Amino acid sequence: MISFQNITKVYKSGISPISALEDVSFEINQGEFVSIVGRSGAGKTTLFKLFLAEEKPTSGQIFYEGQDVHKIKSEQLPYFRRRIGAVFQDYKLLGTKTVHENVAYIMEVMGATEREINKDVTKVLEITGLAERANNFPEELSGGERQRAAIARALIHRPDIILADEPTGNLDPFHTKEIIKLLDTINQMGTTVLLATHNKDIINTLKKRVVTLEQGRIIRDEERGKFAL
Amino acid sequence: MFLISLKRIAKSGWKGFRRQGGLSFATIFIMVLTISLATSMFLAQKTSQFLVASLKEKVDMYIYFKQELSSDDILIVKDELSKMPEVKEVLYVSREEALDKFTERHKEDEAIMDSLEELGRNPLLASLNIKAWEATQYAAISSFITDSPFNDLVAKVDYQQKKSAIDKIFSLTDSINMAGIVFSIGFALVAILVAFNTVRLAIYNAREEIETMRLVGAANWFIRGPFLFQGILAGLFAVAVTMLIFGIGLYFLGPHLAILIPGFNIFSYFIGNILLILLIQLVAGVGLGVISSWIAIRKYLKA
Repeated sequence: MISFQNITKVYKSGISPISALEDVSFEINQGEFVSIVGRSGAGKTTLFKLFLAEEKPTSGQIFYEGQDVHKIKSEQLPYFRRRIGAVFQDYKLLGTKTVHENVAYIMEVMGATEREINKDVTKVLEITGLAERANNFPEELSGGERQRAAIARALIHRPDIILADEPTGNLDPFHTKEIIKLLDTINQMGTTVLLATHNKDIINTLKKRVVTLEQGRIIRDEERGKFAL
Repeated sequence: MFLISLKRIAKSGWKGFRRQGGLSFATIFIMVLTISLATSMFLAQKTSQFLVASLKEKVDMYIYFKQELSSDDILIVKDELSKMPEVKEVLYVSREEALDKFTERHKEDEAIMDSLEELGRNPLLASLNIKAWEATQYAAISSFITDSPFNDLVAKVDYQQKKSAIDKIFSLTDSINMAGIVFSIGFALVAILVAFNTVRLAIYNAREEIETMRLVGAANWFIRGPFLFQGILAGLFAVAVTMLIFGIGLYFLGPHLAILIPGFNIFSYFIGNILLILLIQLVAGVGLGVISSWIAIRKYLKA
């Protein structure tokens, strides 16, 4: 379903080029739950940026259902991205919109009716524990609440794939557990989940596939992996 | 789908406009300045046209006839001159009328009145007062008379005396027009650049949001729409404010300006041409808002 083939990404900024990913190849099947682990700077976020076609690889290709994602025409790119629900490490919430509007945005983009939007948004905000915050702006939320709003936005439109980049980084143990449980449930319903994290407990309790990155290279890829760096 | 999207774009644009009140206010303020400038340029041009026309209206020439001529002889010349295409109007001023005007004008001046009385007769000449369509045509009329058979009847043509005044008016009107064009172009460029930069800053502020919208899968037109709508809103608000300022301002300025330029009421002119002025303002305001937004956002929508 998703295939990373010999991906290399070099950032040519500053004095010396920085190699973020080097010859990374792996495949993800539909409905899989894959955790990508590694230290900060190991290349997890870069991998997600490349898959979202936010950036282009220096060399290599990424295929999604047989289509090279970097060859998708710019007018078709939004349709591809709508199939993905992304939780960004820095949340990327829309600052001029309320929590409700942030979560509703993607449904508006996709042309859902007001009724559908209100029904789904209310439900997702309840699941993520943000019902009380629906009319607040992102800057009025705590770090954990922002993270949950970002998660709510990624789930709302029932995407085929969820890319979650450190989705629990700012959450307390209770919410961390809840969110991981939620991702697991969504995965059991057929959604492919890619989770980037360096939370040892999550990985060890999930007992799912783990791809370990170190300095831009895959050093381990285990079906029922454990957290080991 | 299209209508729902359009409604959502408008709603989102309006919310953004309201929520970023400070930024919207700044944009409207700059646009008010720009639209005011466009309106002022339009009104200044009309005022100067009126001024030039009224100055030209004051230019005329006199042909004075020898004393012994009868009014019939002069009226024949008048008829001949009236046939010239350059001539707009010819007025016959008899010796008596000339004296009446002279006495009326100088009745306070005792020395003149005394010497006129001592003279015991009317020293003034009968004349034809000629108005041409264009100030440039007086030279032609003057040479027509000099070359014609009635030149013998003429005592003098009061054109050479006025020539310098006429030339001055020409150069003045040319300068006014030239200065108007140069200033208009200069100011218009500055105003457009300032307004464009204000809109650009507003959109620069939103660049991260634009990036996020793209990443979650919004199409470019869905992202661009609310910004264009905000540009339109800023333009419309700015037009309303400018209209109010000019309406009130000209109502009070009108009478003062009428002293400087008799016969010209700028407030009446403003009201009389309000639709045209509104059109100019809408084109300037909304056009500037939309075009600036379009150009500024383009940079962030490139794949």
